[in-house]
Amino acid sequence: MEILTSFLKIFIISLNAMVPITLAAVGEIIGERAGVIDIGLEGILLISAFVGTIGAQSTGSPYVGLLFGIMVGLVIGIIHGLISVYLKGDQVISGVGINLFGGGLMAFGLIAVWRTPGHHVVPSAVRMPKIATPFGGISYITILTLLIVAGVYYLLTRTKLGLKINVTGEHPRAADVAGVNVEKIRFFATVTGAALAGFGGAFMAVDWFGVLTKELAAGRGFIALATVVFSKLNPLLALLGGFIFGFFDSLGVWVSSAPSIKQVIPWQFILMIPYVVTLLVVAGAIGRARFPDKLGEPYRRE
Amino acid sequence: MMKQIYTRLKPIITSVLAGLVGLAGGAIIMALWGYPPIAAYQAVFSSVFGSLYGFGSTLAQATPLILTGLTFAIGVRGGLFNIGAEGQMFLGAIGAVAVSLISLPVGLHLIVALLAGMLAGALWSMPASILKTTRGIHEVISTIMLNWIALYLGMYLVIDWLGDPGRAEKSISAAPTARLPGMLSGTSLTYALVVSVIFALIMFFLVWKTTLGFELRVVGQNPGAANYAGINENFSVHSTFILGGMAAGLAGALQIVGHPPTFALYADFSTVRNLGFDGIGVALIGRNHPIGVIFAAIFFAGLNVGARTMQITAGVPLEMVRIIQGVIVIALAAPELLDFWSKLIPGIRNWIGELKGSS
Repeated sequence: MEILTSFLKIFIISLNAMVPITLAAVGEIIGERAGVIDIGLEGILLISAFVGTIGAQSTGSPYVGLLFGIMVGLVIGIIHGLISVYLKGDQVISGVGINLFGGGLMAFGLIAVWRTPGHHVVPSAVRMPKIATPFGGISYITILTLLIVAGVYYLLTRTKLGLKINVTGEHPRAADVAGVNVEKIRFFATVTGAALAGFGGAFMAVDWFGVLTKELAAGRGFIALATVVFSKLNPLLALLGGFIFGFFDSLGVWVSSAPSIKQVIPWQFILMIPYVVTLLVVAGAIGRARFPDKLGEPYRRE
Repeated sequence: MMKQIYTRLKPIITSVLAGLVGLAGGAIIMALWGYPPIAAYQAVFSSVFGSLYGFGSTLAQATPLILTGLTFAIGVRGGLFNIGAEGQMFLGAIGAVAVSLISLPVGLHLIVALLAGMLAGALWSMPASILKTTRGIHEVISTIMLNWIALYLGMYLVIDWLGDPGRAEKSISAAPTARLPGMLSGTSLTYALVVSVIFALIMFFLVWKTTLGFELRVVGQNPGAANYAGINENFSVHSTFILGGMAAGLAGALQIVGHPPTFALYADFSTVRNLGFDGIGVALIGRNHPIGVIFAAIFFAGLNVGARTMQITAGVPLEMVRIIQGVIVIALAAPELLDFWSKLIPGIRNWIGELKGSS
């Protein structure tokens, strides 16, 4: 019975942990299908968590906080989109810059806004309400995430716009000849993807954790990238991947509250779990992921 | 003639411009939160160039950045996006500390410590290399995961196996026989800088003047052509990772044997954290060239040293520096930045037009 209770508790935490990874991964899938890679997910998660908290606290509403997170994701997406699509820049380097900027902004902001170098607790009044269960609260955003995944899957596989996005990444020249505005599709795919990551970041701040730290993202942006590889660019598999990584993430959180296990295994090895699992899952995924042919390459009209 | 000069100068001008964009971006963020940008930058400048101590500290800080910058730069030359310097450097530091458990004569002990650091760094780069060549896993994902694993593994080793019995917050110190002497009295600068610069020059020779380096660069620039030419691509990928891992491992080792006053690793890794990530920006500003990397490392180190003064005199949190670095890297992502700017500012356009026209 006790084991069952523990299992259900971990399951509920996993449903929360799944959200930021899945949202960032599904957003990345939209962008990558169109041919734009964004490795700045880690930075977007941090920036949107920070800005989302400011939004929530200054208005007293967690919904405004989430909206702020989405908006700032959008803004970063616009910058990354301009560099990658219109200025024909290096997408990977731009992503690295976003990550550096995000890490800096969070560390700077904690001191500049809340005068704390360590962590800032988001007041419970501006945190999202949860669906109460005996084993912990389930977030409404978990359910919304399922809907978003289904929606993106439908968009990419069943609609004309989805077809345009896929062709743009796979064969931009053909898309161009067929009258698709390659740059526009790529730009909006990038912006949409970044906005979803922004939603995930704000979720971490005003819903799941309720605490801001310098290492809030803790590699989740990169785990989301690994999820994209695992999913072979399929949003439904990204949801599964997000849940698997979320589960092992939660396992660490849960174990660290169980002193009996901590005595046997050093805490450092418990904290390692999500990263080791990510490596193993990505390495063991059956078959190689096939990415769009022109992923990461700017399109130039001749 | 002038056109040649322009082509040669263009990367440098672009880097300088990106640096200025970064400083401007930082100024905007500071102003947004009511900090004085000009006073802050004055503090940075005066702390670096205002005293021998400041300048010595800057060079001391630049020492590991040269090496972690090389890790990334060599990676790019070999067609990799190796962002694993952070973890490889942690393990290099652990390797150098571990060597202090044995006793060896002066000189030899130092060499063994540096070699142990390089070996540990190279070994830690291998999983990413093997995953890349056998499973096609992109190194961005594998190296980041390995960085986190290295951090926790390192913390475990420092606390449980290499801890200082007298002081719980740090590891044992490097044995006196394995330390590098100071270079400028009154500052933290040691001969580690010389080791680091020599290593950069060796890498320059290796990557630009040898067959191994040539093959590595062909694989980096044009894998298809490399295949035609009969170059073993997997071997080249492994070499690129190993050379980068050695550089990062050496950076970690030097942070132990060349880092007074404690010559040790702290349990929270405070003296080594982020040096690997800073190396990415250093390499990009230095245009992934060993000589450029040396100068870029000094620039980044100056910002880091100046940031502390900035925090004290202008009250700006020193984390500001990472925001500036981020903006610089974002600006560098668009190689047409210079052309883009020249379109905006007629003066620059005319000047470049003159340079181009008078060839």
